Amino acid sequence: MTEAAINTFGRLNLRRYNLHVLGPLLALVALIVLGAMLNPNFLSYGNVTNVLARSAFIGIIAVGMTFVITAGGIDLSVGSMAAFVAGVMILGMNSLIPLMGVGIPLILVGMALALLTGFGAGLVNGVLISKVRIEAFIVTLGSMGIYRSLVTWLADGGTLSLNFDLRALYRPVYYGGFLGVAWPIIVFALVAIAGELLMRHTAFGRHCAAIGANEQVARYSAVNVDRARTATYVLLGALVGLATIMYVPRLGSASGSTGVLWELEAIAAVIIGGTVLKGGFGRIWGTVVGVLILSLIDNILNLASIVSPYLNGAIQGVVVILAVVLQREKKASEQ
Amino acid sequence: MEALLGLNGISHWFGPIQVLFDVNLELHPGEVHALIGENGAGKSTMMKIMSGYLQPTEGTLQLDGNPIRFGSLEDAEAAGIIMIHQEFNLALQLTVEENIFLGREKRRGLFLDQKAMQAESRALLERLNCPIDPRRKISDISVPNRQMVEIAKALGRDARVLIMDEPTAVLTNRETDTLLEQIDRLRKAGTAILYTSHKLNEVSRIADRVTVLRDGHKVLEAPSRELSEHRMAEAMVGRSLSTLFPAKAEAKSETVLEVRGLTVPGHVEDASFILHRGEVLGFAGLVGSGRTELMEGVVGLRNASGEVRVNGVSIKPGSALAAREAGLAYLTEDRKDKGLLLGKNLRENLTLLALDRFTRIAIDRRAEEQALSRAIEEFDIRAGDREMLAGNLSGGNQQKLLLAKTMLAEPDIVIIDEPTRGIDIGTKQQIYGFISRLAAEGKSVIVISSELPEVIGLATRVIVMARGRIAGELEGERITEDAILRLAMELAEPKAEVE
Repeated sequence: MTEAAINTFGRLNLRRYNLHVLGPLLALVALIVLGAMLNPNFLSYGNVTNVLARSAFIGIIAVGMTFVITAGGIDLSVGSMAAFVAGVMILGMNSLIPLMGVGIPLILVGMALALLTGFGAGLVNGVLISKVRIEAFIVTLGSMGIYRSLVTWLADGGTLSLNFDLRALYRPVYYGGFLGVAWPIIVFALVAIAGELLMRHTAFGRHCAAIGANEQVARYSAVNVDRARTATYVLLGALVGLATIMYVPRLGSASGSTGVLWELEAIAAVIIGGTVLKGGFGRIWGTVVGVLILSLIDNILNLASIVSPYLNGAIQGVVVILAVVLQREKKASEQ
Repeated sequence: MEALLGLNGISHWFGPIQVLFDVNLELHPGEVHALIGENGAGKSTMMKIMSGYLQPTEGTLQLDGNPIRFGSLEDAEAAGIIMIHQEFNLALQLTVEENIFLGREKRRGLFLDQKAMQAESRALLERLNCPIDPRRKISDISVPNRQMVEIAKALGRDARVLIMDEPTAVLTNRETDTLLEQIDRLRKAGTAILYTSHKLNEVSRIADRVTVLRDGHKVLEAPSRELSEHRMAEAMVGRSLSTLFPAKAEAKSETVLEVRGLTVPGHVEDASFILHRGEVLGFAGLVGSGRTELMEGVVGLRNASGEVRVNGVSIKPGSALAAREAGLAYLTEDRKDKGLLLGKNLRENLTLLALDRFTRIAIDRRAEEQALSRAIEEFDIRAGDREMLAGNLSGGNQQKLLLAKTMLAEPDIVIIDEPTRGIDIGTKQQIYGFISRLAAEGKSVIVISSELPEVIGLATRVIVMARGRIAGELEGERITEDAILRLAMELAEPKAEVE
């Protein structure tokens, strides 16, 4: 092969690759332009903050989901898990008021409780999947029902509400911010950056991709497959806990309908972002773009009255399917 | 006699790269035509063109003397041209019968006529001397039997031309004999057969004509009785091959690995052996005799009981990580499913086993790139482009990459399972060179191989396994094909389906 031939090849590959990488980004830019044209308020500080802050819950969870999917797994339980964590957190904090009084220490304890509950729930999923060797789909389908039912039971079919004084104290975690940027946005950004580093620059990220690409190869390369796989679910569980910490101050309550369909939104965001559903390749920044695309669709439909907001789900569905079709075309052209 | 299938002036390009140059080839009924060449010589492309997977950039195909174009695999199949792949095209969860009739099921009214299909499957398999129950699942039968099912499937489709891509790569000598007998029978029945193999002794035995490809050019075509194996090999490689195996080095007396009473449930029973520093120890035995399972037990990839001592220190059983840290490395026989991530680039494959050497908190990508450059040079990995995927490398280069990956972990003891399976003779020679160099550098090497000349040519001591037990040990002058085979068969006749 001549030098020139290699060069042309390399350049061609690069261009094609870039186009695929840019796909989700271009879609995001197109949505922003569309939104700005349809409604002048779209780019206002208020709207941008609103969209980003509300994306934060799904976004934080979707970052964790990216690791799970990259390692060849799936977690359907995150929505129910979020509701359950919120329920445990609220009950725990309410019942500790007589002991600790309303104050920042109690809120910190509540946060720790949320993280711990998420961590534990993720650990249960992970151990059942990697040690007991039950299909991830089955395990998390089961735990999805279990957590949903538990939170409904804890709330006795109604709503669990955080103590009123506590709520006032906790409120700024969602509504407040730092230098004009809301806390949920800051936390989401930090999680995304940390996730990107973890995925692209550490052995853990590389191992996740290896396991998802071919578990046998990973095993024969002395990768501790069970531990890494469990870790993806634990990480996701802890991030569900973190998302719940940001979510509870928004409404100050949890019920059987908290977090419904979050799992689907999180999975959709991961797939739109270019992570391969059957594992082996994951992209955190793509997931972030995916989350933003989904919330912008929602937001634009609400602001512009061209299409009914009730069709939101339908449009998001089309976007997900389209993203997968594009992903497949990339595969074909690589051959 | 008129050719059944003729290829005239075939040239083919992949993008800007030409891989075939004006190649002619004819297949006649009742003739076995062997197509041989190194990995990357263009054999696969030729086979794909014949079987309708690819349309040639230039040149024509003729069927019974009439020009023909195959738009797809189905077109070629309809014309009676059927390819049997190296990687089987069988649905593992379906039965033998369901596979043989896949896509052309027999019906009676609305429902499948299972009785008729089973009877026909049985008849086809009997013709091949392979009495397996058509109701068994593919996943439950042995690899050689799967090969027979593939052939039965082709026969069931009235194959006039059978294209066989290295059908014996996964077979033992005995199984190969059976297969060659079947091929002979097919030839007598008037089937035209294109046969590829890296094993030149088979080619001499079975082929009527031999075509040699090198770098996309046809360099030789002759009746096989006029060619010696040596002549074929030299035509493939394009240079003279003086000695395939390097000189054996003397092992030291120091024991580096001691395995005592190792049992891998269902596969290996009570195996004990030792390995010396600087030694190349061969492991021979039939497929299914437990060689691979024993080594997987030693390096913690399988549950095993017994004791493994490295340099006198006992290592934790069942932990691949502990074995690696003790300096043990196992290079799998199954490079596509267990060795390499075919969809990842060379760099990520290279460093996967020794990733902790490149990691503090983050992975040092520069160091990885440097390691790749060194590996490409040291192991002569021929990749068109550093960023290419491991799956796009030729088999020989994949094996070199796997070797480089294993050596990057700097093991003291390297266990290499089938070091040259499916690899051309030029690369084989290189790999033998690497192995003997490792031993000379003071590493200790275990080579598992089904190819007896390989074990005999490399090892200073050979352990033979039979039915999950160590049947005996041979040293120095006593290592002969005859002695190994006698030990391998010693304990009664192994069943046809041990695996």
